[in-house]
Amino acid sequence: MQIELIEIRDHLSRFPPFDELPEEVLNDVARQVEIAYFKAGTEILTFNQEIHELHYVRSGAVDIFRRNGDLYNRLTEGGVFGHFGLLRHNRVRFPARAIEDTLLYYIPGVLFDQLCEQHETFADFVEAEGQSRLKAAVDNGRASELMKIKVRKLISRLPVTVPLTTTVQQAARVMTEQSVSSLVVVDPHMAWPDPERVPVAEQQHAVMVGIMTDRDFRTRVLAEGLPLDTPVADIMSPNPITVQGDDTVFEAMLSMLRNNIHHLPVVQRRRPIGLINLSDIIKYESQSSLYLVSSIYNKQSVAELQSLLPDVRATFVRMARDEASAHMIGSAMSGIGRGFSQRLLELAEDQFGPPPVPYSFMALGSMARDEQLVVTDQDNALVLDDSFDPKLHDDYFFKLATFVSDGLAACGYTYCKGGIMATNPKWRQPLKVWRKYFTDWIENPKPEALLNSCIFFDLDSVYGESAMVEELQELLAEKASRNEAFLGSLSRNALNRTPPLGFFRTFVMEKDGEHKNVINLKRRGTAPLTDLIRVHALACGSRAQNSFERLDAISATKLMPPDALERLRYALEFLSLVRIRHQALAIEESIEPDNDVEPENSSPAERQALKDAFQVLSNAQKFLRFRYPHLAVTRPL
Amino acid sequence: MIRFNPGAPQPASAPPDWPRQLAQLAGQAQHPALQAFYQAGCPAADCPLEDAPLIALDIETTGLNSRRDAIVSLGLAPFRLNRIRCSDALYQVVKPTSELSEESITFHRITHSDINQAPRVASVIETVLEALAGKLVVVHYRAIERGFLDQACRQHLGEGLQFPVIDTMELEARLHRGDGEPSWFQRLFGKRHQSIRLADSRLRYNLPLYQAHHALTDAIATAELLQAQALTHYSPQVSVSRLWS
Repeated sequence: MQIELIEIRDHLSRFPPFDELPEEVLNDVARQVEIAYFKAGTEILTFNQEIHELHYVRSGAVDIFRRNGDLYNRLTEGGVFGHFGLLRHNRVRFPARAIEDTLLYYIPGVLFDQLCEQHETFADFVEAEGQSRLKAAVDNGRASELMKIKVRKLISRLPVTVPLTTTVQQAARVMTEQSVSSLVVVDPHMAWPDPERVPVAEQQHAVMVGIMTDRDFRTRVLAEGLPLDTPVADIMSPNPITVQGDDTVFEAMLSMLRNNIHHLPVVQRRRPIGLINLSDIIKYESQSSLYLVSSIYNKQSVAELQSLLPDVRATFVRMARDEASAHMIGSAMSGIGRGFSQRLLELAEDQFGPPPVPYSFMALGSMARDEQLVVTDQDNALVLDDSFDPKLHDDYFFKLATFVSDGLAACGYTYCKGGIMATNPKWRQPLKVWRKYFTDWIENPKPEALLNSCIFFDLDSVYGESAMVEELQELLAEKASRNEAFLGSLSRNALNRTPPLGFFRTFVMEKDGEHKNVINLKRRGTAPLTDLIRVHALACGSRAQNSFERLDAISATKLMPPDALERLRYALEFLSLVRIRHQALAIEESIEPDNDVEPENSSPAERQALKDAFQVLSNAQKFLRFRYPHLAVTRPL
Repeated sequence: MIRFNPGAPQPASAPPDWPRQLAQLAGQAQHPALQAFYQAGCPAADCPLEDAPLIALDIETTGLNSRRDAIVSLGLAPFRLNRIRCSDALYQVVKPTSELSEESITFHRITHSDINQAPRVASVIETVLEALAGKLVVVHYRAIERGFLDQACRQHLGEGLQFPVIDTMELEARLHRGDGEPSWFQRLFGKRHQSIRLADSRLRYNLPLYQAHHALTDAIATAELLQAQALTHYSPQVSVSRLWS
């Protein structure tokens, strides 16, 4: 009779990579296990010693070190180590020490080799560095259709075009004949703006200069009482926002969301190849967050906007359940946040009258990065035209800012505790003052001061004269990349928050109100990751705000090796997804969502991926410290 | 200079001279299985624990009285202080001589069908003796294992059995019960009776909780406990005679 080592087998079966092995294999593994006990503080493996067994932590905790003595990983129940040594000439590469009283299972090297050979999942796990395990954890999610389908697929016909000299009546006839609801307006005489970059064949097509929709006839022709011979050039929407045929439907949706437009020309490079509208996309996702945004624009009061709060959360939960990517969810939630801000500004202008001078309402932090989730503060500011005179105009903008800020708070975007809101006179200033702010931050960097102003380095216009905010983005990108001291100070701040490497232990866990062991995934994960990506992106002179787009920008330079960037991308995606799922679950259970994840409640595989992600963050922080060394050690006086 | 070194816990009385005793018994024993067992002897008194061949033994029974109750299963795990090798472990369910109560069936997670297919103690006792021969037996609460093995040998081989054991429960008792019951003074300062049951003892060394009352699991649990006790309170070089009884 074969002996069953139930206790050992059952334990192995709960942890990767053993959890994927068939039961009879596990029985065999259990029978070959050897067991040893180590007191806290004793060495288990020393560098370069011979190794012939895989080590499995049955209980306790083990620290794994790099050769230089830096902590590489902290393992707890179910963790394995020694596999790198087994795979590389049977010499220990990472020394190990018990940090608690530890019971170890040894699995013979011969058996280890067999398992690697016969079980792909096992081999994948032990052969992978953190990266591909993380990748697997991220890729496992079924990517939403929206993410995969190209916009090109939505195009049913070539766009109907008219020259810009066409009269509105002729244009209306063309639309009726062709039964389309929109037109592309072209300028047959216009030269291609950048002829040497456009293939000759494409140059024969006229350049698109605008679009026209059914609605434009109503609002801009009939309502205004314009004559029928008005040229379309006068009423078209000039320089329309476009998408590329190779973009995904998701990107098209985002673009509509962001800009609150319902028609989007699709171009092949610059040649219009089609026109899609909101309903084309909604066919693909009937409960799209676009619906929600369009209903935001129908609301007539703060109270009505507030009534959408359950819908916002439902949209979030649905996207989380559909396993949309973190980028997708962050963008959609930010789009919704922008929608609220824009509608509130419209309502404010209705109430207080048109603005006395042009302005831009600026989003900062997560909304500017398109990384908002459901638990979020409002961080905003007003950039005013330089003709702004506080005595004459500030009363208006104070009222406007207060209306919007209170409205946002009512809709679930809590007031910023740091006072970074347009209601704060310091953050309600003309463009020239903003230029000075940014110049001062960059040219006279003080880490402590930058700690508070860091949020301004993610900025985007939400409403109004976006050119003013774009100028600030430009200034930041331009000056930051040339200023090592500034980048050094930023990187120092980016190292303030470290990932919880040994997160299973109490000393790295925060205690929440009910004294559970929790990790604040924002503070210890996504935030430091975002900080670090920002430093590199600014060093590259990038104007991108979104962390994933910043990674793209960094990869276009040679600042970081491509695989390191990929690792960051997966770590950010995974940490964000865990946060998203955690919050979605809370909403479904009618608990107030937060960022405090209890690792004890997650599956061993998820815990493993979490550790891998934290490991990536830790390594990236080391790289940052290495990149800006002299500045990172400067101490404030 | 005054040195105060309480050192490692000491046994209450002088330990027996087991190699001599076993040699004597080898001469007296009639049954060849017992002769062979005693002739294999045991590690010398000054043998360092880390060099001694050890075997953890756990016997599950229908009750505590070795005369009235019967053996249900045996778990044996030969080991060295630095390693417990599961591939050498033995586990045997036996058909009890007395009726197995419903409670003890649930208690030991053994079913009637397990038992119906199981051999009688008579046919496994010699295998068990072979496994134990030459090794130092490690148990948690020696009265059970010694009592029931002695009784089984009396019934089936016609003579009793004596052998040295390291009793991990006794080692715990030395630590926590050395001065008997806590005094009123100690109780005043919160000293409580420490449980020296297997699971509770293991907790003091941060060893994991196992499902109790499976003979092999308990044997391995006992072996792990000795590893932990030795590394915590003694040294791997401690002479076996300081631990055995």
